[in-house]
Amino acid sequence: MNNNSPFELTVDKSIKTVFINMEFDAPLSMVWDAFTKQEILDQWYAPKPMMSRTKYMDFKVGGQRFYAMVSPEGEERWGIQKYTSITPKTNFKMFNAFADKDENPQLPGSDWDLNFSEQNEGTKVSITIYNESIDRMEGLLEGFKIGFTMTYENLKDLLAGSLVKS
Amino acid sequence: MRRDVFQAIADPTRRAIIALIALQALTPNAIAENFNTTRQSVSKHLRILTECELVKQEQQGREIYYSLQIEKMKEIDKWLEQYRKIWETRFNQLDKVLSTMKKQKK
Repeated sequence: MNNNSPFELTVDKSIKTVFINMEFDAPLSMVWDAFTKQEILDQWYAPKPMMSRTKYMDFKVGGQRFYAMVSPEGEERWGIQKYTSITPKTNFKMFNAFADKDENPQLPGSDWDLNFSEQNEGTKVSITIYNESIDRMEGLLEGFKIGFTMTYENLKDLLAGSLVKS
Repeated sequence: MRRDVFQAIADPTRRAIIALIALQALTPNAIAENFNTTRQSVSKHLRILTECELVKQEQQGREIYYSLQIEKMKEIDKWLEQYRKIWETRFNQLDKVLSTMKKQKK
């Protein structure tokens, strides 16, 4: 993310709706692919040290992506993204929910609306996430907290290791 | 039912109450005067806000005053900050993926 590509994340008053805006220094078709092709999605979707592992992805209306966020220890947090509307290289909508490993969604979930447009020789992406229930909001971080804690633990180990060595 | 700060601010009346008592501590009656709703309904919202630890009660003489717990409001900020961080990391990673893709195309 370079400085001339603004990143914005805001919420509405009730914090049920999250708005995300971002500009990428790449052509629209490339950015569209990065959001809609499983092999590219898995390269960036999970914030490190988490890994995104898509079991299958059927990008068409009525199709879905079944994926896991995997922690460095191999702990999996499954999710389903069900595509409800697709306008190629312009917009797609999906219903997102956490799930168990047998593809049973854990409701409530969230509705995502993703818009793509050309801007300043780059691509603008605007995402709106509407959470069905406020109870979900805290849960959103849970999967990632594992990641955060882990990084911290790794750091502690690393520091402990260096102390032993010195 | 589990109560948390998110629950508290999901309701427009509760948000209005928060805004009101952020300025000064108020009695339930004084709060109710600002709304076209029953005193009972305001009491209910105040109870929820108290359970979420977003407001605290203070006895002054015969009256109970409600005031805002600023620290608790900061939890929402903290949550938002972490969520923002996740997306920032994600997009940083996507930026790298895109620049690799561009190089491969050339």
